[in-house]
Amino acid sequence: MSSRLRIGVALDGAGWHPAAWREPSSRPAELFSPDYWVDLVRIAEEGLLDFATIEDSLALQSSERSGPDDRTDEVRGRLDALLIAARVSPATSHIGLIPTVTTTHTEPFHVSKAVATLDYTSEGRAGWQVKVSGRADEAAHFGRREHPGTEVSWGDPAFDVLVAELFDEAADAVEVVRRLWDSWEDDAEIRDVATDRFLDADKVHEIDFEGRWFSVRGPSITPRPPQGQPVVAALAHAEVPYRLAARAADVVFVTPTDAAHARAILDDVGAAATAVSREGSPLQVFADIVVFLDERDGESAADRLRRLDAVGRPLTSDARIFTGSASELADVIAEFGALGYDGVRLRPGVLTDDLPRIAGDLGAELRARGLFHDAYEADTLRGLLGLPENIPSRYAAV
Amino acid sequence: MTTRSRKQIILAAYVGGVNEHTLWEHPDAGSQIDFSTFRHVAQTAERGRFDYFFLAEGLALRARAGRIFEHDIAGRPDTLPVLAALAAVTSHIGLVGTLNATFNEPYELARQIASLDHLSGGRAGWNVVTSFDAFTGANFRRGGFLPHSERYVRAEETVATIRRLWDSWAEDAIVADKASGEFLADADAGAFVQTSSQFDIAGRFTVPRSPQGRPVIVQAGVSPQGRDFAASTADAIFSPYATLAEGKAFYADIKERAARFGRGPEEIKILPAAGFVLGDSQTDAEEKARHIREQQLTDKTIQVTFEQVWNRDLSAYDPDGPLPDIDPDPEAAPIIQGRAFVFQDRFETVRKWRELADERGLTLRGLAHEVSGKAAYVGTAAQIADQLDAFVQEDGGDGVVIGSHIVPAGLDEFVDQVVPLLQERGSLRTDYESTTLRDNLGLPVPARDAELAGIEAVR
Ligand SMILES: Cc1cc2nc3c(=O)[nH]c(=O)nc-3n(C[C@H](O)[C@H](O)[C@H](O)COP(=O)(O)O)c2cc1C
Repeated sequence: MSSRLRIGVALDGAGWHPAAWREPSSRPAELFSPDYWVDLVRIAEEGLLDFATIEDSLALQSSERSGPDDRTDEVRGRLDALLIAARVSPATSHIGLIPTVTTTHTEPFHVSKAVATLDYTSEGRAGWQVKVSGRADEAAHFGRREHPGTEVSWGDPAFDVLVAELFDEAADAVEVVRRLWDSWEDDAEIRDVATDRFLDADKVHEIDFEGRWFSVRGPSITPRPPQGQPVVAALAHAEVPYRLAARAADVVFVTPTDAAHARAILDDVGAAATAVSREGSPLQVFADIVVFLDERDGESAADRLRRLDAVGRPLTSDARIFTGSASELADVIAEFGALGYDGVRLRPGVLTDDLPRIAGDLGAELRARGLFHDAYEADTLRGLLGLPENIPSRYAAV
Repeated sequence: MTTRSRKQIILAAYVGGVNEHTLWEHPDAGSQIDFSTFRHVAQTAERGRFDYFFLAEGLALRARAGRIFEHDIAGRPDTLPVLAALAAVTSHIGLVGTLNATFNEPYELARQIASLDHLSGGRAGWNVVTSFDAFTGANFRRGGFLPHSERYVRAEETVATIRRLWDSWAEDAIVADKASGEFLADADAGAFVQTSSQFDIAGRFTVPRSPQGRPVIVQAGVSPQGRDFAASTADAIFSPYATLAEGKAFYADIKERAARFGRGPEEIKILPAAGFVLGDSQTDAEEKARHIREQQLTDKTIQVTFEQVWNRDLSAYDPDGPLPDIDPDPEAAPIIQGRAFVFQDRFETVRKWRELADERGLTLRGLAHEVSGKAAYVGTAAQIADQLDAFVQEDGGDGVVIGSHIVPAGLDEFVDQVVPLLQERGSLRTDYESTTLRDNLGLPVPARDAELAGIEAVR
């Protein structure tokens, strides 16, 4: 069933609603315990979801775009997403694990070996959600690069320049990471006793990347990961990030509000791919939806959202906020599928309530319509997404 | 000796690989990279009640004269994700990773190590290393090179900054009271300011205080600066001194330095790297050890060992012939790259080696067998238990870090045969005292830095 839709789930704190942690089912005191994360990802895996993304950032969560806030009534604090994914990996067997790793301050060499290692610990299920950091408070945590800081804010033309640069730098970072993944050919380790050679040095390559922001020689210290190229994903809302995704990613998460917008985004993403002369497999497009699902014989999702909104800060989102039944959500997802989307990434409003419903009710509904698989049909994330599974290293002689 | 109670031997285990000691030619040799290898060793060590599992780090493949070195095992995974994954398949053993202070930023390292501490329930440790060269630096934004003295300044300030970040959340910062809607006790949780010669950073830290408060700090480095850094800052030292005489001298030196920094001898544990070869008899073990050494010291390995010190191309010299009659060349670009240089002075080292070779009539190969790291414990299980126990009881160290020449199953026989004997003597725990590394090592939990209260008030 290669035409099925792919369903991912986006994990963050107690859920995407700022008051999610206050729901009876929520486990706010356990947000920093491994069991919480293992339980969530296992629920997603039992529902045969294709992947779980794990959000992260190099700043504390805030209701403000440009810096920290003073709130004490929302979840604050998070663990490193890549390490959560690594901790979860031996406790799961099929679901893809896609942590967010920021490119702006992080060394591409470190990112490359970290994601490659996640691919080893998960035996081929690793991905990476690329994220840039344009915030002055994040730069101040590192203190090593000039940042326009408070003089430049959203809407200001100088801000657009900054954003364009951050995305160009991110594209360079992904390029370096991908080259490092390829820097060991698959058969570089020869263990040839006769010639006393463990490696064939001709199959391990310097990448010699020279860019505007950094240069990296390579090769990687970590041999080529099981997938060869772990899956690279990016969230995008506008032309500049669409181009980054088209240049650098396998998967893009977008945020359509309705069918017309969804069509327009597909056109924009297609145009970005043309503009950057994308080669290889087409960029897969996933629609992000914030999801509140009806409780069977209980409170409706709409009532629940209203109730949560009244508690503290009402939910606002870049993505469409869906409330309703599993079958209504299946209609929405089917519509995205019909438009040409590869799948959706669902952001549960309350993780402990909405994730089990996504994994259970929604999965069953989609399966009944022939839109979703009834068993994992591949062992790697690339396989699950229908991406080519045997990609040769770019350095391999042809 | 009789007046004091038995010291408990601290044991750590590591996966060999990326060196000439691990035999990839051996029929039992497995992968040095698959996760199953790390799981095997960590679970075996936990079965043997080891204190921690340990991972070394290298940030560039070893090269000789610009070409990747082909003859030893090469390739390793990233330290932290392996340890986080191991936390899922073990429950008590500590998880200590080597992470370089020169090529990492404190904010990132602090959040990664604190995350590992949360994800392992308080079992995280950090081996702070400072090794560098321009060769490794070419893989990083900040580039190559910090002079030896500056790397320790940076290392000290990195550790100080990271401690500040770890202390930035109060123990009780998270209330998570659903009824009142209070998640944080204080709107300033995680606020920090740090200004030093290397860092000028401020903001909010993302990771709440972790189970150990401060994960365990391990240090590896033996220069006077390295020793002072360890004595003032580290909870444990990974040293190269596994013989009783060398071990005792280093031990005494470190505990004395620690006292000068106002620290008690119990506050810093010393563990040299030590290999073992087990046999049915002493002769059997020695025979095995000799055979292993022959496999480890291939012609290429011998050549590289000496090239590292001479810093010259020695490919023309017969390994079964005499030592090169030329002097080392310290001025030339390094011929061996990506490997920490552990010999202090090239001329002095060569002078001593010539003396030794003359005295005993050694060829290059014979000398290599003498001077490159040997298994410290060779014998029957009972002999090894005796020697190891004596080493610790006589203050050669507080324990050892054990690797094996066979990956990953080599540690099994140590755990099956030597560990029970140590337990019988009362020198090794039969069960873990605690689920945190700090507790198991007998290290006190440091109080949160009182200075930090100031920041919250000022902000
Ligand atoms: C036992 C031991 C183990 C070491 N392990 C590593 C390692 O895994 N990675 C690394 O980069 N450096 C390692 N080093 C190098 C040290 O961090 C240090 O940079 C080097 O010894 C030079 O410092 P010094 O002049 O104080 O000895 C190790 C050193 C010793 C003595």
